[in-house]
Amino acid sequence: MTRFLAEHFVQSPQWTWYILFYFFFAGLAAGAYVLGTLLRFSGDPRDEPAARIAFLVCFPATVICPVLLTADLGVSWWKFWHMMVDVTPGDTGLNFKYWSPMSVGVWGLLVFGFFVTVSAFDAWLSNRRSAGIVPMPLNRAFNVLGAVVAIFIASYTGVLLTVSNQPVWSDTWVLGGLFLASGLSGSAALLALLIRNRPDAGFSLGRLHQADGYFSVLELALIVVFFITVGAAGTLAREVPWLPLWAIAVAGVAGSLVEARGHLRMQTAGGAGTVAGVRLDTVVVSVLVLLGVLALRAAVIFSAQ
Amino acid sequence: MCNGCRNCIAACPYGVIGINQQTGTAHKCTLCYDRLQGGLEPACAKACPTQSIQFGPLAELQQAADVRLAALHSQGATQAQLYGRDDKVYGGLNAFFLLMDKPETYGLPNADNAKLPSRNDVGGYLTAAVTAVLAVIAGLVAFRRRGTG
Repeated sequence: MTRFLAEHFVQSPQWTWYILFYFFFAGLAAGAYVLGTLLRFSGDPRDEPAARIAFLVCFPATVICPVLLTADLGVSWWKFWHMMVDVTPGDTGLNFKYWSPMSVGVWGLLVFGFFVTVSAFDAWLSNRRSAGIVPMPLNRAFNVLGAVVAIFIASYTGVLLTVSNQPVWSDTWVLGGLFLASGLSGSAALLALLIRNRPDAGFSLGRLHQADGYFSVLELALIVVFFITVGAAGTLAREVPWLPLWAIAVAGVAGSLVEARGHLRMQTAGGAGTVAGVRLDTVVVSVLVLLGVLALRAAVIFSAQ
Repeated sequence: MCNGCRNCIAACPYGVIGINQQTGTAHKCTLCYDRLQGGLEPACAKACPTQSIQFGPLAELQQAADVRLAALHSQGATQAQLYGRDDKVYGGLNAFFLLMDKPETYGLPNADNAKLPSRNDVGGYLTAAVTAVLAVIAGLVAFRRRGTG
């Protein structure tokens, strides 16, 4: 039996820096929203400050996304709204193609923006006057709906690459899951970085590192599947020039796992009393994880082009 | 109306779509749409001095191609083949080519590689969904309520 090797005769779509940073910020924003929701669902009121920070950090990370996408259109930037509205004379209406991740993603980003804006405003108000705009039970239901959209936002960017005819991207079906796991890991690291000096949110620090560790296990497994699928398609050689970026991504994963292991041990030994002692680790590991999130996306995006 | 997102370039298996840097929009051959509207054939077919590019009703072109292929085979050129004439490549193309070697030699995807981008829709979303379920469970485990802290 002849082994199937994929051959591609496509042109590069030249999705580079703007798209790379869009994927990065979309992953972090969506991951933070999911983590904020999960923290709120922990049932422990000591997680609420960290949950609010998660919803607050979503906002700037989300606002920058449409800016990057619009900038990527170059001289056609003013036609960004054509993605959502068909202006063909005699056939005007809304543009929505369920089979196109780009089309669904644009609408998803709009819906996600609504959830992020409400949740961030609610968190900001809660911090100022100890009560948000939405009663907590309703807020939790709202957060769950927002988290579902967030999961889509974090993962569709990978599916968008997969649903193409480009080498590497279309040779694997794993990118959606990989970007989701990586985005969650990155946002856990970002939140840990932000709360490390906040006494009111310190309780959640170890728990965030622990979650980051779990997400990193998922990410590592999906990286392995990525290389297996791309290798089976015969396009693995395209990854060779980008091995330094893959090394940074794997270093981020390794850092997460080491930090999570430390916090698990600390938890077994008696809780969060020694949190102050791991602040330096948090800075180093979180920065490494965030660099890894960026490097992973860069390695995937650039290896096809 | 094109806004230059370049998703079509990522999808086109023949690499025939390009971006115009001046207008920021995607462009490809339209078979000289303006000439067709005026009852003329595409300029490339009109200009081709060797009749290598032919334009006309599909059935007539298919018939001519079949005759040409049979003639080449009878002359011993058994490697000659028509690309896009049958339904093996994307269900059949309205533009087809007489090749003297494998399609990939000419930068054309063979039947095994001629796949639609949407083939990965289900697999891509399914992997994301499974990852999402596992990640949410992992998050709930990490953030589960504890008595101490």
